[in-house]
Amino acid sequence: MLVAVFTLLGVELLGELLRAALHLPVPGPVVGMILLAAWLIFRGYGRETTPAAPGALDETAGVILNYLGLLFVPAGAGIIAEFGLIRQQWLPILGGVIGSTVLSLAVTGLVLHHLIRRKAAPKKARILAVGDKPCIAKS
Amino acid sequence: MYREILAVWTPLALAPLTWIVLTIGAYLAGCWLQRKAGGAPYANPVAFAVIAVGFIVVATQTSYATYFSGAQFINFLLGPATVALAVPLARNFHHIRRNLASIGLALSAGAVTAILSGIVIVRLLGGSRAIALSMAPKSITTPIAMAVSSEIGGNPALTAALAMVGGILAAIIGEKMLKGLRVADWRAHGLAAGVAGSGVAAAQAARLDGVAAAFAALGIALNGLITALILPLVPLIWH
Repeated sequence: MLVAVFTLLGVELLGELLRAALHLPVPGPVVGMILLAAWLIFRGYGRETTPAAPGALDETAGVILNYLGLLFVPAGAGIIAEFGLIRQQWLPILGGVIGSTVLSLAVTGLVLHHLIRRKAAPKKARILAVGDKPCIAKS
Repeated sequence: MYREILAVWTPLALAPLTWIVLTIGAYLAGCWLQRKAGGAPYANPVAFAVIAVGFIVVATQTSYATYFSGAQFINFLLGPATVALAVPLARNFHHIRRNLASIGLALSAGAVTAILSGIVIVRLLGGSRAIALSMAPKSITTPIAMAVSSEIGGNPALTAALAMVGGILAAIIGEKMLKGLRVADWRAHGLAAGVAGSGVAAAQAARLDGVAAAFAALGIALNGLITALILPLVPLIWH
């Protein structure tokens, strides 16, 4: 557990350092995510029959991602400071969020459906979903 | 009576601990409400917690800065949570490798559609540049969306709120709409939910089918990656 926490924080730090050193326009944690994913895949973690990730990383990542929703609350509450902005520009905000959500849903679904429909579906999927799940399912 | 409450409240309001407890409590209450509503996507615990916390902060005349002095300890975890997304990404890598071209194309098409349509619609309806730049990253998973939003000159709090609303919308209409478009493949349903609605919609898709769950996780992680790489180009092109 401590090794996993160390790994996540250490990789984030590494991402921030790389971002600063190379002047990347990408957020540090995203750089960290790429590094960790690449390392895990290099270690063979992406194969169908791999064992758990090292140092209880599986478990710790699962816990933190299960409670992802909670982590949005502090920043999300910052919206109270923007109330005037929303009242002023509610039409473009509402139109944009509805329009772009509907369009991207349709485009992604249609393109993938038409490209892979002839191939057989994978036999079984290893599930590690991400999101506000603990509220619905047992975590 | 009001004076007594205030006498107790005033020192408490300064303590970071108060705001941590309040934030977690509001989120747990939101979870409880969603369970009571049978897991309905519109009863979103994050949306509930944001509204509840916002109401308390305003009602007690606390500044957002004071609130954030406590809540920053929770906010800090967004960084390691983003890194943790590498685990489902790596775990589902065999799915990517099997359908590399198809997934790559569908994902790029969806990501570009989300970014461009968000910016274009906001501008057509008379919205400001800051609103458009806050809208552009809204379909990626919230921790990355907020980081990207502040990176390109958007408003991270607005982006978080938009990501939430978009996710709830995708969770409510996703399955029906895609079936209406004759998309029968669960992999397409899952990927679309992950790309367009991130965590909220993915959780909804995950309850339908295991393969959809894996593809939703893929959609979230890869869309976060692609959008985080594409979006910083927008302010460079659009001054």
